Amino acid sequence: MELFIDITLLTFLCITALAITVIRKLFCAVMLAGIFSLLSACLFVSMDAVDVAFTEAAVGTGIATVLMLAALNLSHSREKCPPYQPLLALLVVCTTGAVLVYGTMDLPAFGDATAPIHHHVAPRYIEQSQQEIGPPNFVTSILASYRGYDTLAETVVIFTAGLSVVALLGIRDRRGGQSITTDRSAMKGYLVLRVVTKLLLPFIFLFALYVQFHGDYGPGGGFQAGVIFASGVIIHSLTLGRDRTLKAFPQRFLTILATAGVLLYGGTGLAAMVRGGNFLDYSVLGATALAGQHLGIFLVELGVGVTVFASMTLMYYAFSYRKEA
Amino acid sequence: MDSIPMNVSGHFNYWVAIFLMMTGFYVVISRGNLIKKLIGLNLFSTSVFILYISLGKIHGATAPIASETFHLYSNPLPHVLILTAIVVGVATTAVGLALTARIYEQYGTIEEDEIRIKDESL
Amino acid sequence: MEITAIITALCLVLGSLLGITGGIGVYRLPDFFTRLHACGITDSACAFLILSGLMFQTGTSLETVKLLFILIFLLITSPTSTHALAKAALNSGETPLMEQQQTQQKREER
Repeated sequence: MELFIDITLLTFLCITALAITVIRKLFCAVMLAGIFSLLSACLFVSMDAVDVAFTEAAVGTGIATVLMLAALNLSHSREKCPPYQPLLALLVVCTTGAVLVYGTMDLPAFGDATAPIHHHVAPRYIEQSQQEIGPPNFVTSILASYRGYDTLAETVVIFTAGLSVVALLGIRDRRGGQSITTDRSAMKGYLVLRVVTKLLLPFIFLFALYVQFHGDYGPGGGFQAGVIFASGVIIHSLTLGRDRTLKAFPQRFLTILATAGVLLYGGTGLAAMVRGGNFLDYSVLGATALAGQHLGIFLVELGVGVTVFASMTLMYYAFSYRKEA
Repeated sequence: MDSIPMNVSGHFNYWVAIFLMMTGFYVVISRGNLIKKLIGLNLFSTSVFILYISLGKIHGATAPIASETFHLYSNPLPHVLILTAIVVGVATTAVGLALTARIYEQYGTIEEDEIRIKDESL
Repeated sequence: MEITAIITALCLVLGSLLGITGGIGVYRLPDFFTRLHACGITDSACAFLILSGLMFQTGTSLETVKLLFILIFLLITSPTSTHALAKAALNSGETPLMEQQQTQQKREER
């Protein structure tokens, strides 16, 4: 049964990918890319990667599509026909693919429990993390504690990317001259949409907080929560107008938040050093090792969530305000 | 399951992931439109994620969240690597899109060959 | 077999059938608004049946509450999205098939 679902999803993925290569309308290509993300999220669920599926669904289908559409809004939405036949490209791609397929012959079969990958560090994470770290969700304990260094660096990358987008496009605060009621970006004619958005927004934010603080016990965590929170802000901006959103979440506030998240993460590591442990070794933070780990993971995930939220929202602002400038 | 030759059923997932990867690669190198290239790049990265997650799967296992009823879990390590990679991927895509938007403002086009012509005429 | 299992099976089969109907509808119907109508079936009835079918299986636990929340969320958002789509299409100049036929008839009468 699992195999059947697997094959169906993979077939759909192939069809979507081929459609993306053929289609000339960039708007359709972006939408198909969103569908591709959603299908791969389903595939991740069938392969037991619930956390990854959650992230892919929130990021790939939500934020990535919105950012691509915003970029399309700033440029052309139709692709020109290439003047030459890309036969050489096809040849290169086929050769690379053949080499890669040849390479997979040495890989262990799909789902094989005796594969080397399952016997190096993974058993330790699965067997010991409950005693050493605490959370029942192994992904959280690896992400925040065992591999805290990786996650710190990745948070910094997201922060840097957010800053780069703002540096490239710049956000102009136009609130000075214009009053909120004349904001043209607000969807004035769509009363139903506006009412439903207002109705749902508190619940979207509440759900983001649930994902943030429930990440220890189920799928979720800082990355997903930050992205969901950012989508809430984007919905607010799309339906109720950019100026109103800018009033609720000013750019300066978001910049401070993005920085504060990274500082909170790094600061947790430094606090561990001050208490006599290693960098990002949370065991020394509390009375017992487990309590320390619990506190450390809580702070670190909060830092990640805040940074991701602020960076994603800043990126959206940068794209959405460019048109006016 | 056993009736299918072991090689095909065992590597099917990897092959499809490689096919998707190559589709993304093809879009990146054969298309001149910068946004299309970025979409292709996204396709490529998502397929790499699929390959990674396929490697972590164990038959008959469950999601890596501790519970009393299950004792065999899929490998959580690829999940962690990919989870962060997805978010980092969208952040870097956003930087690429921002660059594309700036290029459009400067050149009035996002087609590679037209940009080159304009560059050479300067 | 238990009674809940039968109800679940019925709900799932019926929901899946409606989903397939919606898919065929999107593919076969002639214009945007009729396709949207087919979409609406998948969004509301199919999702409702499948989720309620699953709810019979979870009994009374946290999962039931979660499924209920998803159901309520879908019941609010999917009509909204259909409405927004239809309105956006109208605003961008898409005319429903019936209106097109009416204008054609008027033209022929003249």
